[in-house]
Amino acid sequence: MATDPRFDGPGPDAAYRQALSEGRLVLQHCGDCTATQFPPSLVCRACGGTRLQWRPWSGRGTVYAATTVRDRAGDYNVALVELEGGARMMSRVEGVPADAVRIGQAVQARIVAGEDPCVMYTPSSGDSA
Amino acid sequence: MSHPLRGRAAIVGIGNTRRWNAPGRTPFDQLQEAAVLALEDCGLRFDQVDGLFCAMSTSGLPVLNVAERLGIKPTYADGTMVGGASFLFHLQSAMAALEAGLCQVALICYGSNQLTAGGKLASMPDPQPYEAPFRPRYPISSYALAAARHMHQYGTTREQLADVAVAARAWAQRNPDAYARGPLTRADVLASRMVSDPLTKADCCLVTDGGAALVLTRAERARDLPRPPAYVLGVGVAVGHRQISAMPDLTTTCAVESGRRAYAMAGLGPRDVDHVMLYDAFTINTLLFLEDLGFCAKGEAGALVQSGAIAPGGTLPVNTNGGGLSCNHPGMYGLFTLIESVEQLRGHCSDRQVPGAAVSLAHANGGVLSSQATAILGTAATL
Repeated sequence: MATDPRFDGPGPDAAYRQALSEGRLVLQHCGDCTATQFPPSLVCRACGGTRLQWRPWSGRGTVYAATTVRDRAGDYNVALVELEGGARMMSRVEGVPADAVRIGQAVQARIVAGEDPCVMYTPSSGDSA
Repeated sequence: MSHPLRGRAAIVGIGNTRRWNAPGRTPFDQLQEAAVLALEDCGLRFDQVDGLFCAMSTSGLPVLNVAERLGIKPTYADGTMVGGASFLFHLQSAMAALEAGLCQVALICYGSNQLTAGGKLASMPDPQPYEAPFRPRYPISSYALAAARHMHQYGTTREQLADVAVAARAWAQRNPDAYARGPLTRADVLASRMVSDPLTKADCCLVTDGGAALVLTRAERARDLPRPPAYVLGVGVAVGHRQISAMPDLTTTCAVESGRRAYAMAGLGPRDVDHVMLYDAFTINTLLFLEDLGFCAKGEAGALVQSGAIAPGGTLPVNTNGGGLSCNHPGMYGLFTLIESVEQLRGHCSDRQVPGAAVSLAHANGGVLSSQATAILGTAATL
């Protein structure tokens, strides 16, 4: 079978899940235009390039927008967090009341382990809302 | 130089079941009734329909199901599914197919039993693994994030959002076919239960049943049919993203692009429009689309609405049927924007009629501000 070696190996979603399950925070960078992107993809949404690379990232982000979901079982935050390079991630900021999460707030990612690991955020130290 | 598609196709028949709460009817029942009404409206028969356009949230193969049920043997079909804007995407596709001679009579149709099926948005098989773990309420939390951002960047207030809902209700009170016609004040909206900040229940569209259909032909044939044709002067579509996290600027939708394309085809601008339909799934939508379609500058829609401009008696009649907020919203509402535009151009709207409406703009949204489509319709005088 003649496959294109550029796309051999695990796909971007699987690679991302694998990194999280190993406790590694990673972000996809474009080798052509240097944009970062999230969610993962096979193609750079900014330039159409296919030379995407996984690089470790600091987990630093800034709240771009936030909402409090009102729920009988307790209110919770849902936020869009802007990451280095301009990529954005939907997630949750925890460790503060849901309605205290503010646009522009600095936050720090952590991996929530489990069968389907994901990334959530807490306010960066020195920037609690 | 006029665009080659400007005014080449016309909406000749409309069908609207107005059955917003109809237990015992399936989405296909609603769709079929609307299709019958639309064909009777223009005096054409099912065996003359050779272009079929439909999208449903309850069927993954709507073209096959609808063709079988209506006995249509289409030579051209399009089941593009981009959420509530699908039917305006279909409109563009139908115009091109009619002009190219790939079909002669195009039927665009939709049906839903969203209310009686349980009141929740019928969920499409479209999992979002990068959103699901955080349990955003779908779709309202995505719109709430856009509203929060608009408030942050432009100082838009919850009172201004509330005024969108109040204006829609005031129009609905002039429309005997609207589902929600009771009194509604700004204070009522502000006191409504918060769902996903800053949007309350009263900032959300209705959940209803319903069915709608349109019949289109080329302009030459339209002139020989019984109803005054609503000519399609311009149409434009745009797709931005699927998930709200991939939307570059939450305060600017790709209605900027769909609108630009529609205006360019029509050779018209916002100042030429007499009547406006904006897909108001949530109150923030109306503000975003007023700005993105050029009815005011970015960030100024809150003040425009607060001034009373879009309500009855204002300078810019918007969502005169009562909109998705107060007339009906059967899951995907896009086709109903076009129906009201045609009714206004026909001059059949009695208490809510915009006097002398000759150019109407209908705009539809799909997904989470994801797909946008703009149509500009006009009477024969605008050709």
